[in-house]
Amino acid sequence: MRSLASRIPWTLIVFLIALWVPFFGSRYETFIATQILIYALFAMSLNLLLGVTGLVSFGHVAYFGIGSYVCGILMKTLGVPFFIAFPAAGLGAGLFALVFGYFCVRLTKIYFAMLTLAFSQIVWAICFKWNDVTGGDQGLPDVPFPDIGWMSSLPGFGHFRIGEEFYFLVLILVMLCVAVLHRLERSPFGRVLTTIRENPERAAFIGVNVRAYELAAFTAAGVFAGFSGALFGIFNRGVFADYVFWSKSADVMIMTILGGMNHFWGPAIGAAVLTILNQQITSYTEYWPFVLGTILVLLLFVFPGGIMGALDAGWSRLRYGRGDA
Amino acid sequence: MLEVTALRKTFAGFIAVSDVSFTVETQQIAAVIGPNGAGKSTLFNLITGHLPPDSGSVVLDGNDITGVLPHKICGLGLGRSFQRTNIFPRLSVFENVQAAYLVHRGRGRDFWSRAETFYRDETAALLASIGLAGREKTTAGTLSYGNQKQLELGLALASDPALLLLDEPTAGMSATETHDTIRLIEKIASERALTLLFTEHDMEVVFQISQKIAVLHQGRLIADGTPQEVRADPEVRRVYLGEH
Repeated sequence: MRSLASRIPWTLIVFLIALWVPFFGSRYETFIATQILIYALFAMSLNLLLGVTGLVSFGHVAYFGIGSYVCGILMKTLGVPFFIAFPAAGLGAGLFALVFGYFCVRLTKIYFAMLTLAFSQIVWAICFKWNDVTGGDQGLPDVPFPDIGWMSSLPGFGHFRIGEEFYFLVLILVMLCVAVLHRLERSPFGRVLTTIRENPERAAFIGVNVRAYELAAFTAAGVFAGFSGALFGIFNRGVFADYVFWSKSADVMIMTILGGMNHFWGPAIGAAVLTILNQQITSYTEYWPFVLGTILVLLLFVFPGGIMGALDAGWSRLRYGRGDA
Repeated sequence: MLEVTALRKTFAGFIAVSDVSFTVETQQIAAVIGPNGAGKSTLFNLITGHLPPDSGSVVLDGNDITGVLPHKICGLGLGRSFQRTNIFPRLSVFENVQAAYLVHRGRGRDFWSRAETFYRDETAALLASIGLAGREKTTAGTLSYGNQKQLELGLALASDPALLLLDEPTAGMSATETHDTIRLIEKIASERALTLLFTEHDMEVVFQISQKIAVLHQGRLIADGTPQEVRADPEVRRVYLGEH
């Protein structure tokens, strides 16, 4: 059954379903869906490290932040159009990931994690203090929307405002990135990354240059985090130093683990569930962190594989009878 | 095939391997024996690049591989298995061996094709030759201990080594499993014309299949020769075979 499930073009199906959100949903729901898409890409980029390569990065937000600053600075300060600023954001984030990663992959386990965190705090400090370029603690407000006004001339799109048009743009770009990530994880390169996750010592002795592959994965993850950051800055109508603060690295890690890091779509599910829960629960109570903590504790003890892990287990139980999940 | 010269390694003053020299000829089956703590695993780790030696050299087929990184040594035709079983536990049996093929044949940088389409036949044939046919889809970590050892041998063989180093290939096995494993190793070594260097605690096995035996004691090489020579060596009898 799994082989059948893996033959279904999920990326296309998700795209085709998500396409209808602005037609049937409210403006607010489209807004939430945009945020989910952006976070889903961010979480999936992290999972290339966490779930695929087995690298725990506490500093993944750095590349998200760099992406949003590069795109924000290019579009707002320099007036560069989006179709150049967006690739540049991925490129810039990837470049930083390559340089920082070069040092990080020389360490392992907790030392690796600490160094990623240290680099991300350096990036944060620079963004927070370099007033002339990043706007310092004021950030860069009023990053313009891309030129997508032409969308309203499409048949059936006439009644959409810029927020909904931006949703379509985000959907297309995120889904393209997801398709590339999917391809990458199923490739020989992706397989080699899983051998590093499983057993780096053994991987070296089937001939894997572990550091080089880790650096490649780190850089690729940085590029996709940069893309999601670029979209996030435009979505939030500005780029602020908060985007690079380390607690956001924890948020994206929670999404990934909540959704299930052993499954390609897990991080996206985690991003959706967490974003929706956050919106719902903050309207009832101000104790969102408390609720989040409780959810996490339950999850880690009851469904250590995350939501997708639990679904997988439930599915095999249905199919193969009790027990052998 | 393998030439180890005056290899030395100390850990914080403790001499683990002390000026060890020996050679293994092409297609020879050679064993390193010695009591626990004699330095056998350290010696293996020095040869395979997992530890840098303090001094001395390791030459593989004319290439100086002293202090070269493990993944490069692996590419030069040296395969190894580990004392503690060392596989990719959450990948399937098939994926384990296939990954080794992907890497060895230089496919690892391909990030666009679908991994599962490569080297299917080679992987299936290799799994059959190590006695794991029909277990392709099993998650490697759920295999029995003996099967995991077989799979580990498969990982080493996928990189087409000329020299295979096996660190206690039958550690923790029952008598029957030991017997089967040794038969398997002998068969594969002769089929593939491999040179074999292994450590082993079971003396019966060692004397039965080796053409050459090196004896380590407290980091020093105290004997090196044919099984007959080693068996007759008075120092070996004294320190190792338990005679006074």
